[in-house]
Amino acid sequence: MSTWTKIAPLTDIPKLGSRVVRTAKGDIGVFRTEDDRVFALNNSCPHKGGPLSQGIVYGDKVACPLHSWKISLIDGKAEEPDVGETACFAVKVEDGMVFLDIPS
Amino acid sequence: MKKMKLVVVGNGMAGMRTVEELLKIAPDLYEITVFGDEPHPNYNRIMLSPVLAGEQTIDDIILNTREWYAEHNITLHTGKRIVKIDRTRRIAYAEDGTEAEYDRMLLATGSTPFMLPIPGKELDGVIGFRDIKDVDTMIETARTHKHAVVIGGGLLGLEAANGLKIQGMDVTVVHIGSWLLERQLDKTAGKMLQKSLEAKGLSFLLEKHTEQILGENGRVTGVRFKDGSEIAADLVVMAVGIRPNYALAESAGIHCNRGIVVNDTMQTYDPRIYSVGECVAHRGISYGLVAPLFEMAKVCATHLANFGIGLYKGSVTSTKLKVTGIDLFSAGDFSGTEGSEEIVLHDAVGGVYKKLVIKDDKIIGSVLYGDTTDGSWYFQLLRDGKPIHEIRDHLMFGQDSLGNTGHQGQDKASSMTDEMEVCGCNGVCKGTIVKAIKSQGLFTIDEVKKQTKAGSSCGSCTGLVEQILASTLGGGYAPPSTSKAVCGCTDFNHEEVRDEIRKHKYLSIPDAMKGMGWRTPNGCATCRPALNYYLISTWPHEAKDDPQSRFINERVHANIQKDGTYSVVPRMYGGVTTPDQLRKIADVADKYAVPMVKVTGGQRIDLLGVKKEDLLDMWKDLDMPSGYAYGKSIRTVKTCVGSEFCRFGTQNSTQLGIDIEKAFDHMWAPHKVKFAVSGCPRNCAESGIKDVGVIGVDSGWEIYVGGNGGIKTEVAQFLCKVKTAEEVIEYSGAFIQIYREEARYLDRTVHWIERVGLDYVKKRILEDAEGRKAAYERLMFALQGATDPWAERANQRETHKEFDTITV
Repeated sequence: MSTWTKIAPLTDIPKLGSRVVRTAKGDIGVFRTEDDRVFALNNSCPHKGGPLSQGIVYGDKVACPLHSWKISLIDGKAEEPDVGETACFAVKVEDGMVFLDIPS
Repeated sequence: MKKMKLVVVGNGMAGMRTVEELLKIAPDLYEITVFGDEPHPNYNRIMLSPVLAGEQTIDDIILNTREWYAEHNITLHTGKRIVKIDRTRRIAYAEDGTEAEYDRMLLATGSTPFMLPIPGKELDGVIGFRDIKDVDTMIETARTHKHAVVIGGGLLGLEAANGLKIQGMDVTVVHIGSWLLERQLDKTAGKMLQKSLEAKGLSFLLEKHTEQILGENGRVTGVRFKDGSEIAADLVVMAVGIRPNYALAESAGIHCNRGIVVNDTMQTYDPRIYSVGECVAHRGISYGLVAPLFEMAKVCATHLANFGIGLYKGSVTSTKLKVTGIDLFSAGDFSGTEGSEEIVLHDAVGGVYKKLVIKDDKIIGSVLYGDTTDGSWYFQLLRDGKPIHEIRDHLMFGQDSLGNTGHQGQDKASSMTDEMEVCGCNGVCKGTIVKAIKSQGLFTIDEVKKQTKAGSSCGSCTGLVEQILASTLGGGYAPPSTSKAVCGCTDFNHEEVRDEIRKHKYLSIPDAMKGMGWRTPNGCATCRPALNYYLISTWPHEAKDDPQSRFINERVHANIQKDGTYSVVPRMYGGVTTPDQLRKIADVADKYAVPMVKVTGGQRIDLLGVKKEDLLDMWKDLDMPSGYAYGKSIRTVKTCVGSEFCRFGTQNSTQLGIDIEKAFDHMWAPHKVKFAVSGCPRNCAESGIKDVGVIGVDSGWEIYVGGNGGIKTEVAQFLCKVKTAEEVIEYSGAFIQIYREEARYLDRTVHWIERVGLDYVKKRILEDAEGRKAAYERLMFALQGATDPWAERANQRETHKEFDTITV
């Protein structure tokens, strides 16, 4: 069952940036692209668990701040030749407010 | 929209490399059809010699499998030779009647071995050395016959001879010149090579002109020479040169002149038709080595992709012989011209010979035999045209003699075993790298870095990785010029980007990217930080600093640690603190339960393991300025006790250190910048390994620049001696400002000086007093009004929400 939780106004997330959402299940990074698409990933790089939310966002990817693995915001997969993926979460924007589907 | 049709004639390395490059930048632009006259998919032709020598198999050298073509929706026709091009109707016809329409065509028809026009050349058992079929013939013949004759003592001929010998034949190499490889080697090296090959069991007939190939019942039996002598032969391999295949292009009415004539964009006289590879005549030159072909491929792909950027301006090539156990390298003009000088090292017994040809303070050619470790380094110096007088004394002893701490004793790729570790950061050993190069067909340092991670972290093993690449690929390897594009998002190099920013006065990253035609909508993690730095350093107070284009450390003014916590290092000017400061630090460490408190190498205190959401509160409680321990910026000014207390001190080094650190506080730079000031030549502040090191002497101060205590220890070089502390600040400020304005992003001062030369720096700082003062003023202007980033953020929480975690 989907449980949409209100996170923050879209304007609180910088373009090409992110915010960290602390949940009972762990930290989730919520990312905003240049063209205002919003994505949510488990805040942990499949490589060594680096906090993806702290990386540089470009296109629809984020570069992990620890060792620069490039992770796709769309499916959480690492860019080749690196192999690995991190969990994605559903996210939506309604009336300028960001909602996150946190599975219970 | 309907896709355009691209027909590629030639399924070899040049054509397919172009297709690969094209797919990288414009994957959906074309419907691609490839014709190859060989029955195989694209394979690594330069590896045919190891296949013949039994060191590799055909499967090992396939570059693109049939699955690869299918995956990329490429229609592949193997074993079909294109015999006619109708340029009016834009259709290509194959021998078997297959037709293909095209909107654009790529001709990559390669070359064929030149067969001497002598009687008997059509006999069975007379072949060239070009493709898998030739290799099969050689291996087959070796099983049943004994005598092989190779005509031609060039690279290809010697590799064929070596392979045939290993296959069990008695091999005689017939050569018209008076020594082997006379186009690559001088006489001394050529004779040394002959000796080593003779030791492997090869025979040589030099200065012999072949007159006729003898045969019986249509099969070769021997070779006769102009002097009347004859030798027996069951197999004759002609390796006297290659001829570009341009007959097809010529028959279609495309302008050819001993090759398909192309311009610098690889376009033929028909604007719809491009051409790359050995079939091309570019500026009158045809290349028979793989490295230039790849450079052509890259340029050609950008034009096929309609980017309209990139020019091919010709290549300087180097060669290596792929015969196991023989190390040989040559590049450029190795025989010398008028006004050139030579440096020669010759150890006849040890089998080492090295010659460098120098003209106008630059390397113009090099021959190495027996020890080719530094081949790629010399080649890079040659291609970049770097002045060498500063390193001339050490030049002959190789790059390692210039200092390379951390890799001593294991810096020769060839002597390493497969298990030995190359990249200490990522734990990659030699065998892994070699395997990746062979199995995945890697040709550049960047590819190896990407696929194996070797050299992708600190970069100190890049030289070693390069050696492994060079020794694995042989002639296929060309070291990259150091002047390369910033990243894959653009073809502009760092210098060009800076020029454009200055010329067009770009003030924001989007404007700069738009103006320079960036390929990606908002760059990548490599180019954005560089662009951001170039903008703010070129247009201080005007350009917009973009926090999202800064690495996390600079974005949050703290240093990220492996577990995602941060470290906090407050500034202590000149390394001097007070009981009051120490009490505050202790209180803060207690209050926020800081897991570790450590004294840094830069004479201050590091609070490690701080949570991001605590940073703002902690900074407020500390009430000390940021130490910028996280930035490409001024770090610390390390000082010794100096004349105030030390019984040896001649100058007040502590005070000068504090003054320098205050003067240049908040300064961003291409990379981190470290200073040190010592009060006497005992140099307790270690000024010799800092970007700017100052040493007090009785009569004033000595200034040293370009030192580095990092990955590769570099001793700072003497810049000048000045009398007063004010002069130290002006001279060092001017030095740093010119570095800020001209170095590439992520270059330390040592790398920049290595490139421009210390003479250049001296000219700007010492010989041009006005220029020096102006540079210093520009730095002061850039730093005007700079404020402490910690106080600013701690006092305006509302505008810095990124520090707060959202809790649900």
